Amino acid sequence: MKQLETQYKKMLMDYITYQSEKNLYIAQNFTRQLIQKNVAPEDVVGIHKNVMKEILPQTSNEEQHAYDFLIEVMVQYGMTHRAHQSLLQKQAEYDMEMKIAADIQKTLLKTIVPQLANVDIGMVSIPIRKMNGDYVHFLAEDKKYVCVAVTDVIGKGVPAALCMSMVKYGLETLEYTYKEPPYVLEIINRVIEKSVDDSMFVSMFYGYFDIQKSTFSYASAGHEPALHYSAKNNQFSTLEAKGLLLGVLPDTKYAFNEVTIEENDIIIIMTDGVTEFRFHDDFNARDLITTIIEKNKFLSAQQLCTLLYEQIEQMQDFKLSDDFTVVIIKK
Amino acid sequence: MDIIVYFKEQNQQLYGFIEGEIDTFTAPKLRDELENIKFNENRDIVLDLSKVHYMDSTGLGIFVAFYKRALREAGQVKLVGLSIRLRRLFEITGLSDLMDIETDKEVEIN
Repeated sequence: MKQLETQYKKMLMDYITYQSEKNLYIAQNFTRQLIQKNVAPEDVVGIHKNVMKEILPQTSNEEQHAYDFLIEVMVQYGMTHRAHQSLLQKQAEYDMEMKIAADIQKTLLKTIVPQLANVDIGMVSIPIRKMNGDYVHFLAEDKKYVCVAVTDVIGKGVPAALCMSMVKYGLETLEYTYKEPPYVLEIINRVIEKSVDDSMFVSMFYGYFDIQKSTFSYASAGHEPALHYSAKNNQFSTLEAKGLLLGVLPDTKYAFNEVTIEENDIIIIMTDGVTEFRFHDDFNARDLITTIIEKNKFLSAQQLCTLLYEQIEQMQDFKLSDDFTVVIIKK
Repeated sequence: MDIIVYFKEQNQQLYGFIEGEIDTFTAPKLRDELENIKFNENRDIVLDLSKVHYMDSTGLGIFVAFYKRALREAGQVKLVGLSIRLRRLFEITGLSDLMDIETDKEVEIN
């Protein structure tokens, strides 16, 4: 503090003598130094008071009392300033923790897309913020089957990510039920319903593709319907299955449907981030998706996913309003 | 983008009128308003959504939470005046089978 006082004294004397812009500029830089060193506003007034007494010893007692008064007034400013500083520090800590949480989520919920001999699988999943509210889980055995679960957690940020981990571990412990989409949904529903708050829930589309029989059976828990492109008929159909969101009621039952998958058929499973066009009222997103797929059906599953993402993002002026996930399975 | 919520009580029913867009930003306000509602055996709650132009899944979460509370506290809730777009949201999510929902019926109040 003594050193600051000496510096301040010199600056003040220079200013009183020359009153130049340069002197003021030096004072501004000095303020930065004070802020950096966390010197409180009332201490600055204290420095000024002491220096004034040194350079103008004839100042009256009244003036000194007036400075004491000003110091008292400035104390509140000082407290607010310190509170602000501490908030900034906390904010930095939170940012750091969020970054760590997002990294953990990325590692924990990393989806590995299976590479199979007879089935081509592609996926794009882009979060709108740091944490992804969508999650895709695959389970596969080459030449036998591939299961896919596409999920969307409602509720954002950390709680949603924690809920998603629950879904993942639920799916991983399925064992023999993975062939039965309704069972899968019923089990996961029970896990989630017990553990989440009232406004949180999960939508899930679960499909089981039997590669040997060429059938795809599926069930949906309040999820966006998937699409099936039949190459033979050059036609799209909607893979709809009624079912309540996961996490709403404890003993929900789910229905399932089955379709036959033929050579060059395509299955498109997505989250509502793909079909929702907030600022295009009468727009039918499904028409756009089917047009893009139909025109580009010869591309690989991964290329199709990427193309869908690029075109839809462009349609929305690069301002998607939700996490975007699409999975494409081609036979 | 904002949201307006107001209530009127008439003929043993509490009417809630929701106007605007329900998304991540406006949902907390709607949630607070709905949390203040006390369920009462002799009174039905009717929420009019005819002036809701947009709702995302966060908004849906608010209604699910409200519905679950109504179940626990033996309250009666009805949603009316849903646009086709909103109705589809309730249908896809399976909520329309659970909740009492009416499309395109505006509540007239003197």
